[in-house]
Amino acid sequence: MKKTNDVILQTVTKIISFIIILFSIHLFFAGHYTPGGGFIGGLMTAAALVLLLLSYDIKTMNKILPFDYKRMTAIGLLIAVLTAAGALLFNVPFFTHAYDYFDIPLLGETSLHTAVLFDIGVYLVVIGITMTIIQTIGESE
Amino acid sequence: MTDISDILIILFILIGAFFSVVTAIGLIRLPDIYSRTHAASKSATLGVMCILIGTLIFFLTEEGFFNSRIVLGIFFVLITAPVGGHLISRAAYNAGVKLWDKSIQDDLAKKEQFEKEKEGSRY
Repeated sequence: MKKTNDVILQTVTKIISFIIILFSIHLFFAGHYTPGGGFIGGLMTAAALVLLLLSYDIKTMNKILPFDYKRMTAIGLLIAVLTAAGALLFNVPFFTHAYDYFDIPLLGETSLHTAVLFDIGVYLVVIGITMTIIQTIGESE
Repeated sequence: MTDISDILIILFILIGAFFSVVTAIGLIRLPDIYSRTHAASKSATLGVMCILIGTLIFFLTEEGFFNSRIVLGIFFVLITAPVGGHLISRAAYNAGVKLWDKSIQDDLAKKEQFEKEKEGSRY
């Protein structure tokens, strides 16, 4: 097979993947008050990684982003379960969330909620599962 | 509120809708895949961008809030739609889709022929 020249696709991917990842992080943090959240944030990050996979190959992807996506799924599940179990330490039912206002330097007064920790778990699980499915399908001959 | 902003919003949305219709007509009427991707990637991009600009001005003037996601969307469509058209037409050419029978020039085929002859003379 003739070697093809993908310079346009690869150059555009370099710019576009940053925009997609930034937008997915925005969706992730916006989830509490506006449409968004862990699930579509994770799917969108996975979409950016799939775009990188499309324009480069699996070997290059493993070199620039050496994640073990199965382990990422496990870590996400662990974070979600630990967030839920952390409520038991304060003598309240399982999955009780709490929030408070904190003064963070640079950001000012923000309300931090433990639901974000649970969302991080969902985010990591969604990325991990999507990338595992796509990479295992792509690797089989 | 009938100001200049309203006229601008109506103008942008109408231009965008018009270019979308032009794209649809072009997709039906044009003869081969290359002229169709020309119609689809060019005027659809402009149409969608005009509609997004109209939406941006609408929310900026009526509700007074600057939606940065629309700006990001305009930028995104501007970058990706032409590349999508390019990749579709290149894939079609590599798959051997014929040009329109009235087209008179195919320089890419000539170049590939030339390279093949050069390879042949080397060995």
